[in-house]
Amino acid sequence: MKNPSVSIKHLDLEFGSFKVLKDLNLDIGQGEFLVLLGASGCGKSTLLNCIAGLLDVSDGQIFINDKNVTWEQPSERGIGMVFQSYALYPQMTVRGNLTFGLKNAKMPKKEIEERVTRAAEILQIEPLLNRKPAALSGGQRQRVAIGRALVRDVDVFLFDEPLSNLDAKLRADLRVELKLLHERLKNTMIYVTHDQIEAMTLADRIAIMKDGLIQQLDSPQEIYNRPVNKYVADFIGSPSMNFFEGEIANGQFVSGDLSIDLTRYDFAEESPNATAWFGIRPEHILVNDEAPFSAKVRVDIVEPMGSDTLVWTKINGTPFRFRMDGQAAVSVGDDLSIGFDPARASLFDNTTELRL
Amino acid sequence: MADASATNSDVTTMSGPRGRKPTRMLTPRNIMLYGTLFVIAVYYLLPLYVMVVTSLKGMPEIRLGNVFSPPVEITFEPWVKAWSEACTGLNCDGLSRGFWNSVRIMVPSVAISILIASVNGYALANWRFKGANIFFTILIFGAFIPYQVMIYPIVIILREMGLYTKLSGLVIVHTVFGMPILTLLFRNYFSSIPEELFKAARVDGAGFWGIYFQIMLPMSLPIFVVAIILQVTGIWNDFLFGVIYTKPENYPMTVQLNNIVNSVQGVKEYNVNMAATLLTGLVPLIVYFVSGKLFVRGIAAGAVKG
Repeated sequence: MKNPSVSIKHLDLEFGSFKVLKDLNLDIGQGEFLVLLGASGCGKSTLLNCIAGLLDVSDGQIFINDKNVTWEQPSERGIGMVFQSYALYPQMTVRGNLTFGLKNAKMPKKEIEERVTRAAEILQIEPLLNRKPAALSGGQRQRVAIGRALVRDVDVFLFDEPLSNLDAKLRADLRVELKLLHERLKNTMIYVTHDQIEAMTLADRIAIMKDGLIQQLDSPQEIYNRPVNKYVADFIGSPSMNFFEGEIANGQFVSGDLSIDLTRYDFAEESPNATAWFGIRPEHILVNDEAPFSAKVRVDIVEPMGSDTLVWTKINGTPFRFRMDGQAAVSVGDDLSIGFDPARASLFDNTTELRL
Repeated sequence: MADASATNSDVTTMSGPRGRKPTRMLTPRNIMLYGTLFVIAVYYLLPLYVMVVTSLKGMPEIRLGNVFSPPVEITFEPWVKAWSEACTGLNCDGLSRGFWNSVRIMVPSVAISILIASVNGYALANWRFKGANIFFTILIFGAFIPYQVMIYPIVIILREMGLYTKLSGLVIVHTVFGMPILTLLFRNYFSSIPEELFKAARVDGAGFWGIYFQIMLPMSLPIFVVAIILQVTGIWNDFLFGVIYTKPENYPMTVQLNNIVNSVQGVKEYNVNMAATLLTGLVPLIVYFVSGKLFVRGIAAGAVKG
């Protein structure tokens, strides 16, 4: 990547003998919104703390705007950070919270005032400036926390699960606000979350992490449609992908009585003959419709969710979920004809779990 | 399926238990509970009552032997005598000398020990420096060594420093002995403050002292109150160190009280002894009453995370 905003080179981090991050390389472009996504304990927050300078790295380098900041203090790195628990200073007013960092930097009073006014205007927290954090709602607190990063007028924003403490409705609202903020400011943003909806909706690119390694770094579309391995395929998408274990032979995927024609599947290389996992997303299943592959199933469980209905069945003894319209009239015991297009499926090698 | 319109008419026809369950006061359980509490309260308050009553009586009335009877004629003379006239050895200026000695010992000891211990605790909780755990272990271990073992070495140390029998020597001793428990107290309290707050302050460019004074201190009033109470009462009530490391004109109040009460010449003036004892106990008592609420809050907060 040319002229990256943040560049991480061969980063290692160990706690004692436990390696949290292993030879991690990552380039983040100017103005990019990058989401670090993964289950808890995958090292995503650790990576963010390393970028912020809150954790000392064991090996490797971190560059921000082409400046090696590996040994710099957090305040000297040109970053602003927003935390999950808001981390507002409880004894200070909102104004005090916003100006604390600027006062530490010995900035002239006039400029502090200008920056606070601008941040408050962007985040619409002007009426709250003289309140204490205890007198704010969760959403307002998180806005102030974002404001604290905003007034620093930095190039890189770091978010550590900023929406996880909010209730579902507020989270959806603030998600949109964050996206608007990014459109407006065009700063580089690095955002840690375990929520795939946040990742999919906000990110220019998503880095999916597991055990201190980046599994896949790609656009949300690409990650959703062409996951590089079975872990990513399983992790992204809710409800998660259906998998069948079987063999690929002569352009056919065979699993017990099941046989799926793979001529429409886009293999990375030539169609191999191997044991493999066949994965298809629940939302790519068609019911009572023409499809290259079809099968008969009996409904086991129906989960109506309003907007759509999740149906649990079995194919070949393997649990199989698919999604139907919210108005669909199905009940337990019904026989349905389902089908899908193998072009939308994903195949993974049985042992390496890599995409075929 | 529930029919919303039907519930209104049901209200009048509902039978059987309904609403809040009634509670009865005079159950055997309650009688036992409150009875026991009452007896224990009396048991603890009775000696205090006897002391207050006796200190307000004149000697002739005390000689009648009615320990529990209230004073017929209330006199404050024993209090005055205990404060300003009672004799210990050659000095006959009462407890007042001991009181001011104790104040001069307590104030610097409390201030210095809390100041140092709070910085200790902050550093241990938030700045994970190399060897922090070993340092902490040694400090805590110090809390479990019996005082008696250290008495003689400290005498020698103080003598070499030229502070033996001086008030400043005793201040140093109290500061040192308060360190383990106070550091533990502060460390636990600061560990219970969310780490993200500390991280945010670092991103905001605050350093070691900046974070301590501007972020941590304003948030830790309760634990400072706890520490002050622990130290004030502990140092005020100390007898052992006072008697060993000072000389008669520098004796703290507790030592002087002992000397007044145990003096063998003449008649035993019970009323003066009682008044002297109450005077000595007054400082910790006032501290508890004034800060009781904060004390409980601080103890509970400090106990959240260990």
